[in-house]
Amino acid sequence: MTAKQSTQPKLRVSGATKVYNTRSGDLTAIDGCSLDVMDGEIVSIVGPSGCGKTTLLWSMSGLHGLTSGEVLLDGAPVTGPNPEIGLVFQEANLLPWRDLDANINFPFEIKGTKPDRAWINELLHRVGLDGFGGRYPRELSGGMQQRAALVRALSYKPSLLLMDEPFGALDAFTREEMNRLVEEIWMDTHTTIVLITHSIEEAIFLSDRVVVMSPRPGRVASIHEIPFPRPRSLDIMASSEVFNLMNTIKMEIVGSRQSRYPQGGTAASPQPARAAE
Amino acid sequence: MSETDAIPEFKSRGAGASDVGITNMSALTSGPGIKSLREVVAIALVAVIVIGGTEALLNIFAVPQYVLPKPSEIAVALVTEFPLIAPHLGHTLVELFGGFAIGASVGLILAAVITQFPFAEKIVTPYILLLVTTPMLALVPLLILRFGFGYEPRIIAVALASGPMVMINAATGFRRVDQAKIALARSYGASTLQIFWKVRAPMALPMIFVGLMVGSIFGLLTAVGAEMVGGGFGLGNRLTSYSSMIQMPQFFAVVLILSILGILIYVFFFLMGKKFASWEA
Repeated sequence: MTAKQSTQPKLRVSGATKVYNTRSGDLTAIDGCSLDVMDGEIVSIVGPSGCGKTTLLWSMSGLHGLTSGEVLLDGAPVTGPNPEIGLVFQEANLLPWRDLDANINFPFEIKGTKPDRAWINELLHRVGLDGFGGRYPRELSGGMQQRAALVRALSYKPSLLLMDEPFGALDAFTREEMNRLVEEIWMDTHTTIVLITHSIEEAIFLSDRVVVMSPRPGRVASIHEIPFPRPRSLDIMASSEVFNLMNTIKMEIVGSRQSRYPQGGTAASPQPARAAE
Repeated sequence: MSETDAIPEFKSRGAGASDVGITNMSALTSGPGIKSLREVVAIALVAVIVIGGTEALLNIFAVPQYVLPKPSEIAVALVTEFPLIAPHLGHTLVELFGGFAIGASVGLILAAVITQFPFAEKIVTPYILLLVTTPMLALVPLLILRFGFGYEPRIIAVALASGPMVMINAATGFRRVDQAKIALARSYGASTLQIFWKVRAPMALPMIFVGLMVGSIFGLLTAVGAEMVGGGFGLGNRLTSYSSMIQMPQFFAVVLILSILGILIYVFFFLMGKKFASWEA
């Protein structure tokens, strides 16, 4: 754990399988997912809804166990909540009975540690929330709430940030703004980030690699390298490479679905590329 | 290993405003507030018309005092008889606070514990419902037989009336689990106890206040009712005694005191709700 080799991934998921025992029988959410995330990397996970993305992320966070397989953080197995991991949820998930300051103090209250005020103030300044400490969540816009949630997750300096569709509830413009913010924070901290998203554009904008998952049971179907330098400009995002990449990924996710009507063009039935294992 | 083997409900219930309790709590906290001098004048004017009109009508039709005393007579009785009524008010308050303290504590603890065990909850709920729906006044003659004419039967009746009310509402509050918020706390390594105090309890608070309010009003009803059944003291005893002597102004003075007591209870929990649970409204 201490001797950090350059080849050791920050996060290693190997053979992750999770079966839920439901009333209507066993439900395999993810099946043999393997993925390495290197230190300082941003990896997005995309896939059709219900493919087990959130299950995979929750397993990475140690919030629930796996039926088989394992998750290693810096080589050590993750078996429960880990102080090195920060989690950002769908919707901001702020506690409505606490003001912003108290929400950000929440992790420290639970852990029984002293918050690093200087760092938190810097984060609040960065996301443009200075002076809002006494406000309650209901008094903040959706974007502000999610920015506060980001500050809360980064407040205790995790070395791995897991985000579960963090900006799905926001409008398109606010979402883009949040993406810039994450990029900016990454440029400063180089925190390893794994995020789940439904937006292929968001995935490409933020990530070093985009992982495409297959429909349930979720498996890693393919991994795409996103080689563009950061910060990624609008020009890069408007380039034909990005356009082609977006379409390729989209085809992989929705391509197998056929319309009831005859296809207009030549029916190129794209097969999702299976990741070689 | 912290395991949740039920499929987690990932969606947070929104930023606090879109939850079940909103209807309940807003009934408590979104009462009409007085906003301007105009409203104050209007409210006072209507009060004067109602009270003055009653006084005038009773005078015009020469309604006998034993049918309905005039507001002025009630006011005079309230002032002159208050020294005599005050000790009885004290007794009623002792019964109310004593019984409510016991009932509410037991109800709250039971609600907090039982909601952690859904299976046990299913078994216990019918009995709680039985306690809620049975008028505890019905038990007072029996309690008097066993405990005499002192405080005891009344305090027990108040506790039995208010406790289940507090419990059933508090349980509704504790049952409002928001998996995303519990997962949040767990992701920081929170213990079960920490999750209870820092997530479940605050989330239940609005419903707890509703339960405390309804429970204390029920307690007041039961205390006064029990006093009417037997025993030589308390506001309920004053009501039976004044009515048997056809002292209607005094009778209505006691009724007025009871109304004020009820309003004070309501206002108290209204303000508490506003202070500690306003995030939901």
